[in-house]
Amino acid sequence: MSSALLYALAGVSLFTLGLYALIVHAHLLRKILAINVMGSGVFLVLVALGGRTTGAEPDPVPHAMVITGIVVAISATALALALVLRVQAATGRAELPEEPLE
Amino acid sequence: MIVLQWVFDIMMLFALLWLAWRALSSPDLFTAIVLFIAFGLVMSLAWVRLDAPDVALAEAAIGAGLTGALLLSALARLNDLADITHDRHKSAAGE
Amino acid sequence: MSAAGRSRHSPAFRWGLLLLLLTVAGGLGYALLTLPDQAVGLSEQVSANMATSGVQNPVTAVLINFRGYDTLLEMAVLLVALLGVWSLGSAEVHRRIDPQPVLSLLVGGLAPLMILMAGYLLWVGANAPGGAFQAGSVLAAAGILLLLSSKRFPVRLMGWPLRIGLLLGLGTFTAVGMTLLFVSGGFLQYPSNLAGALILFIEAAATLSIGVTLAALFLGGRPQAGPYR
Repeated sequence: MSSALLYALAGVSLFTLGLYALIVHAHLLRKILAINVMGSGVFLVLVALGGRTTGAEPDPVPHAMVITGIVVAISATALALALVLRVQAATGRAELPEEPLE
Repeated sequence: MIVLQWVFDIMMLFALLWLAWRALSSPDLFTAIVLFIAFGLVMSLAWVRLDAPDVALAEAAIGAGLTGALLLSALARLNDLADITHDRHKSAAGE
Repeated sequence: MSAAGRSRHSPAFRWGLLLLLLTVAGGLGYALLTLPDQAVGLSEQVSANMATSGVQNPVTAVLINFRGYDTLLEMAVLLVALLGVWSLGSAEVHRRIDPQPVLSLLVGGLAPLMILMAGYLLWVGANAPGGAFQAGSVLAAAGILLLLSSKRFPVRLMGWPLRIGLLLGLGTFTAVGMTLLFVSGGFLQYPSNLAGALILFIEAAATLSIGVTLAALFLGGRPQAGPYR
């Protein structure tokens, strides 16, 4: 087991943690945080697996993909926050409606 | 030296997971956002450990800096909007 | 309001969900553990073509040269996200709070340094960690600090100057690509003697656009370019 694998496994844990919070929490801002944590987990897996090269240098292609991914994630976050503010202005609360889920 | 690196890696990954868990479960949204900013900073350390300094720079500037500013300003506006609707409900009930 | 959602689900639902997610995580973890220790990947192709890329930093070479399409479309994604935010409403630019003197003083010293740092990151991206995205986000941070600390909103800049800044990166990238399409017959296929200069040119425009777009996203709505108040 290499340390890159350790990081990849931590990425999987982050993804699962974010998915759990995304489903469980009702507040929309919390859901946005959860999606960002999920994204960070995916990035961690990508870059960690990109380190398994035969040479000393890691693969630069996943690095470039993750950099663009980080920028896309922040622009999606900004759009989602604007939508949450609209939801708050329209309904008076920034949460999903209560539903009986039992 | 190798052992030290493993200890550092494991401690940092635990810090990362703990910060993510606290950011997603702490009851106060402001605390959650501040913890999320700290999460971004530890993420950028993780990128350095993974030999990805380019990603570390981007994460430090965006993940830890700009995302935090965006989230905090959205939270402030959300609270403003909640106060406005609350006041409106109160005045509607008073009439 | 923030504590809401604590008792939204029954314990049975939570435990079932936990079990399901642990299965997913276990499957993903197993898939990772069974991967070979060494993979071929694309690093050998990248290092074989570095000499013709025009830069020494492989990540910059991948971003602007080898996979230029990704970055071009990513600039479009940024622009579309901003258009989405703008379509949801306008930013409240009139209700501004007086900034604290400490903040104004700090930003007065910090903002020029941050702009300088953005320029450095852009320049150094050719042969060391750095590049358009990092420089652009530092520029955006400087812009946000200036917006937070300025006494009056820069209304004069919110019309055409803002829109030109938003479009500059995507426009330059597309224009260079189209010119190369007509001159050398391949979209974004830089001739190797001009590649370094073209990459720096594109990155400079992209840095400015990324900075302006991210700062505009922070405003959270379409700023109104009204007359002076």
